[in-house]
Amino acid sequence: MELLRFATAGSVDDGKSTLIGRLLHDSKSIFEDQLSAVEDASERMGLGETNLALLTDGLRAEREQGITIDVAYRYFATPKRKFIIADTPGHIQYTRNMVTGASTADLAIVLLDARKGVIEQSRRHAFIASLLRIPHLVVAVNKMDLVDYSEDRFNEIVEEFRGFAAKLDIGDLTFIPLSALRGDNVVARSGNTPWYEGTSLLHHLETVHISSDRNLIDARFPVQFVLRPHTDEHHDYRGYAGTVAGGVLKPGDDVVALPSGFTSRVARIDSMDGPLDEAFAPMAVTVLLEDELDVGRGDMLCRPHNQPTVSQDVDAMVCWLSETGALAPGAKFALKHTTRSTRALVKDLQYRLDVNTLHRDEANGTLELNEIGRVRLRTTQPLFFDEYRRNRETGSFILIDEVSNNTVAAGMILGESQ
Amino acid sequence: MNYELEHLLALEAESIHVMREVAAEFERPVLLFSGGKDSIVMLHLAIKAFWPARSPFPLMHIDTGHNFDEVYEYRDRVVAEHGLRLVVASVQESIDAGRVVEQTGPRASRNQLQTTTLLDAIEHHGFDAAFGGARRDEERARAKERFYSFRDDFGQWDPKNQRPELWSLYNGRHHRGEHIRVFPLSNWTELDIWQYIEAENIDVPSIYYAHERDVFARDGMWLAVTRFVTVADDEEVERRKVRFRTVGDASCTGAVESDASDVSAVIAEVASTRITERGATRADDRASEAAMEDRKREGYF
Repeated sequence: MELLRFATAGSVDDGKSTLIGRLLHDSKSIFEDQLSAVEDASERMGLGETNLALLTDGLRAEREQGITIDVAYRYFATPKRKFIIADTPGHIQYTRNMVTGASTADLAIVLLDARKGVIEQSRRHAFIASLLRIPHLVVAVNKMDLVDYSEDRFNEIVEEFRGFAAKLDIGDLTFIPLSALRGDNVVARSGNTPWYEGTSLLHHLETVHISSDRNLIDARFPVQFVLRPHTDEHHDYRGYAGTVAGGVLKPGDDVVALPSGFTSRVARIDSMDGPLDEAFAPMAVTVLLEDELDVGRGDMLCRPHNQPTVSQDVDAMVCWLSETGALAPGAKFALKHTTRSTRALVKDLQYRLDVNTLHRDEANGTLELNEIGRVRLRTTQPLFFDEYRRNRETGSFILIDEVSNNTVAAGMILGESQ
Repeated sequence: MNYELEHLLALEAESIHVMREVAAEFERPVLLFSGGKDSIVMLHLAIKAFWPARSPFPLMHIDTGHNFDEVYEYRDRVVAEHGLRLVVASVQESIDAGRVVEQTGPRASRNQLQTTTLLDAIEHHGFDAAFGGARRDEERARAKERFYSFRDDFGQWDPKNQRPELWSLYNGRHHRGEHIRVFPLSNWTELDIWQYIEAENIDVPSIYYAHERDVFARDGMWLAVTRFVTVADDEEVERRKVRFRTVGDASCTGAVESDASDVSAVIAEVASTRITERGATRADDRASEAAMEDRKREGYF
């Protein structure tokens, strides 16, 4: 069975918890003791009905304030697929937590209320999903029961959203009219929307094609750890352990090691289960080469005729994640990219992007918490990277404050600085 | 060519990636091993991740002295089989040293005392990363955990102020005295664990499978009659066919009635159960609405 990771963004008001609750409930993934605990708590809090948000709002502070602060992960399965839900907060104050949950998602669901249509928050969520290159975006037009399942209203929302989305880079955009509360088009297609020709949300989640979303073209193998057993049985064994970050590697493939530029050939791809015929992302394997090269952690194996960009000058979009301090030109950070750790200097902040309007503000000199902008970085060592839009693994990095050790920014590489 | 990755392989790859990152970036990592199924799967992954080299992580068992005999026996066997280094940190020693005070009464448990023993041992041995087998699907506070969970000088978790964790880029940087808890099984469910145990043919302690045992009902659970619990006058001992879904202290871990005597029967049972494993079997989680969150803040597993 395949694994699909999806992120949901929205607030309780949009019916996010009801939707997740329904998916879990109808796939029999809410357990009786969880449900009765939530029922008891809802009653104690004086709520009229069972509040399914209490299932995922796992922290005391979240339950007290009635909001989602941090990502919660939930799990369910159908006979067709296993699912990991990253339930992310919708509020702008917690954008960084939405970014965390969205970074590994195959698909994002942006929920909106059919009565309210496309609001600022939905635009922001769609923008973040596109910035993080989540390959599939589902716009769940919820509460259709409150607009009498009106086809016209649905089409109006679709049209407005498409107008906005045209400015974004969204691969696959799907609109589904539904009512999480009544169950319309969540698990099964609803008789209340005979005009809707698409599938139910769950059917879409079960069948959306995701295996080709990963980069299967550009072979990239960041070396994580060198395995040298020094045992009698494996005396001369020298294996490069790592996770394939792109493309497909096979025994016999010619490879080049970066940064040295030395070439060799894949002798074997190993695992404890035996040698493998091939390895593709995101498999964690061990690669053995025919020649003895000086290769270590932070180096990268790739094909001689398909190499990443090697550069110390990088343009990137960054999301500033820190409450303390702001990102400003001249600042220095520790940078992690694939298995490589180096330092980076912010040479320039080219613009700050208004996440609600997509307006580029070039006058602003800093990025504050949750703000997104375009920067130019200079690193102390070269990075081996691809554009983020081509490969999320080799195109992403994080910045770390060298004093506090906190992760302060998420970066998505646009390319080499010109 | 089909490049779909089966879900167990995807989960395995994610866990192995995390373990290799820890091996590469930390000086003194340790794997917390309880003899429960999750830590057994975690150990199996730690061996796979570095094969044919030896797993670089020593094991540490926080020993309450109240575990099931079958679990001690299993632990010693596995350690000998793989030639692993085992550190035992004993709650009894923490009690003897006056670091913690033993609870009294018929419901006394050493569950909470473990936190002090764990933090003392991490400090004593200078461990900078400690692998735990906790899974996000177990409990709602655990659903909020990162793979790398930062702990301050006091071993505390601050759930409202967690480091953002993006892609597969893990930030393990910390100052001296601080450490990182690492949860490589974050995305596994109870069912995944059992399917993996079957697929990889992993041995687990016999108490995970159905067996006849003397038990008595307490707080809606079947507690085993052992030297660690006192059966009250109004509690009736019965012989029943049970198995354990989780393995903690004998004093607070309940058994469930079951006929599942092998791994495929356990998988069928887990797939159809309507009660969570911790809800069914762990008195330690029932103390309050936020029992796990409160313990985790203090430095619990």
